[in-house]
Amino acid sequence: MNEGQARELRAIAHKLRCNVLEMIGVGKAGHWGGSVSLAETLAVLYFHSMRVDRANPKNPERDRLLLSKGHAALIQYAALCELGYFPREELGKVKSLNGLLQGHPDLTVPGIEAVTGSLGQGLSLGVGMSLALRLDKSPSHVFVIMGDGEQSEGQLWEAAMAAANFKLDNLTAFIDWNKIQATGRTDEIFSIPDLDKKWRAFGWEVLTVDGHDVAAIAAGIEQAKTVKGKPALVILDTVKGKGVSFAENVATYHNGMFNEAKFTQAVQELAAQQETV
Amino acid sequence: MEKKSLRMAYGEALVEFGKTHPDVVVLEADLGKSTMSCLFKEAYPERYFEMGIAEQNMATTAAGLALAGKIPFYSTFAVFAVGRAYDQIRCGIAIPEANVRICGSSCGLSDFGDGKTHQSIEDANIMCTIPNMTVLNPVDAVETRKMVKAMLTHQGPVYIRINRNDLPVYTPVDTDYEIGKMYRIREGHDVAIFATGAMVWKSMLAADLLQAAGISAEVINVSSLKPLKKEEILKYVAGKKAIVTADEATRIGGLGSAIASLIIGEVNLPFAQIAINDQFGTSAYTYEELLERYGLTENHIAAAARKALGK
Repeated sequence: MNEGQARELRAIAHKLRCNVLEMIGVGKAGHWGGSVSLAETLAVLYFHSMRVDRANPKNPERDRLLLSKGHAALIQYAALCELGYFPREELGKVKSLNGLLQGHPDLTVPGIEAVTGSLGQGLSLGVGMSLALRLDKSPSHVFVIMGDGEQSEGQLWEAAMAAANFKLDNLTAFIDWNKIQATGRTDEIFSIPDLDKKWRAFGWEVLTVDGHDVAAIAAGIEQAKTVKGKPALVILDTVKGKGVSFAENVATYHNGMFNEAKFTQAVQELAAQQETV
Repeated sequence: MEKKSLRMAYGEALVEFGKTHPDVVVLEADLGKSTMSCLFKEAYPERYFEMGIAEQNMATTAAGLALAGKIPFYSTFAVFAVGRAYDQIRCGIAIPEANVRICGSSCGLSDFGDGKTHQSIEDANIMCTIPNMTVLNPVDAVETRKMVKAMLTHQGPVYIRINRNDLPVYTPVDTDYEIGKMYRIREGHDVAIFATGAMVWKSMLAADLLQAAGISAEVINVSSLKPLKKEEILKYVAGKKAIVTADEATRIGGLGSAIASLIIGEVNLPFAQIAINDQFGTSAYTYEELLERYGLTENHIAAAARKALGK
């Protein structure tokens, strides 16, 4: 990736953060922290690495992206909106009674591939899709993004074993390793040390990248896709709440509310970052 | 009367329709030799996925296959197919209306020896409460095949529960089958017995007992537990003097409650519900012993009908 491409992807990631902030707005709770920790990853996936057909979101040869950590739907909506999959005004109506965008991913939204939100299930969905695509000899690749707090879900390890058992090399998973879950630090809430060793022991190729470095993410995805005969996992070393200083590494902003002053500060901080992108 | 295996019919139907429908895929959790999905493995190994003893992953993997255009059938014992994977069914399958076919084998008390952990008296009741779900309970091997065929083109998720034991065949081979329809097995004019699964067999025996006592009983096979259509119920209660329901499931949220809730305020007839009281099963040497223990025999049904009729 050259610097021009990287700059473009950083600008998109910045735009996605701004979209998320717009969706949460003032006085409404929203999943800021675990959404924006993924801004660079979704920018790279949707605007660089994935096979995406903007004219036909249902193109059978598209790559699939599943957000197993469905509560981070806002960052996916932010990206799908930039792809032009639904009108921009929907962002302001997220989670409203007559809006298109549900609180968690739903098939009613173009570009959303499955219903997620009950944690621990996304990787199994990815296993099923990968099996189907392999039967169809499809070139499509399946990407699944999990949370680090979500790693305590047992089903996810069933899926990890299944993906290795079926040698699914058309499946790449991610862990958004942002180290904070809903009520505190993951190592304090429910410690799961050595995630990389655990996944390797379950039969996966594992690599770790800086989850806010677009070139590193893109290279990690490329490397993951070259792995043959087994699935690959990219651990994204990220900062929860990245981009707004007072919300970084703060569990309250897992699903927090911005008051008028905090919202204004957040807007200003993001605006300042735009100049350095 | 000739008895046939519903599980064998299920496995054979998968093989038969797997040939004409290349999108059919089958998932199993190490019980294929019991559910008889193993027949599909022999015929189409590349479309058969042994998922290990991991039912939650199996349910959601089936959802992924369906969302990518396949018609997945997953099978295991009913108690695990539903109970172990409830939230996976709810979130991954029912909400997105994925075309997953869930086969709960060894339903009800039919796995007599294994006891309460493996018997499933609440699976259909639970599944009926999930929006978008269709729930089927075949009466015999012939109807099982027709249901598998109907599931090939049906849109949305379907749950089918399969009895472990061979049951008498009441369904004609050549007649049409439609999800949501009830099928009258025996005509009568005094009491309408709405029965499902193995209880149709017991109700037919009860109708013989009632006939000997001068009572004419109609037996209706309610093999679609959901959708349960009010117009179908009204069609068969017209002119009757009493209603009896019979299902091999806990009475709370079972067939009796479902029928009553649809006709309450509209039909004012004596009503009796044959079902399992609020309790789990137990081990026994035979299925028949359990049906006796839990009040699910022809004698219980006939007695309930007589009481409802005041005779």
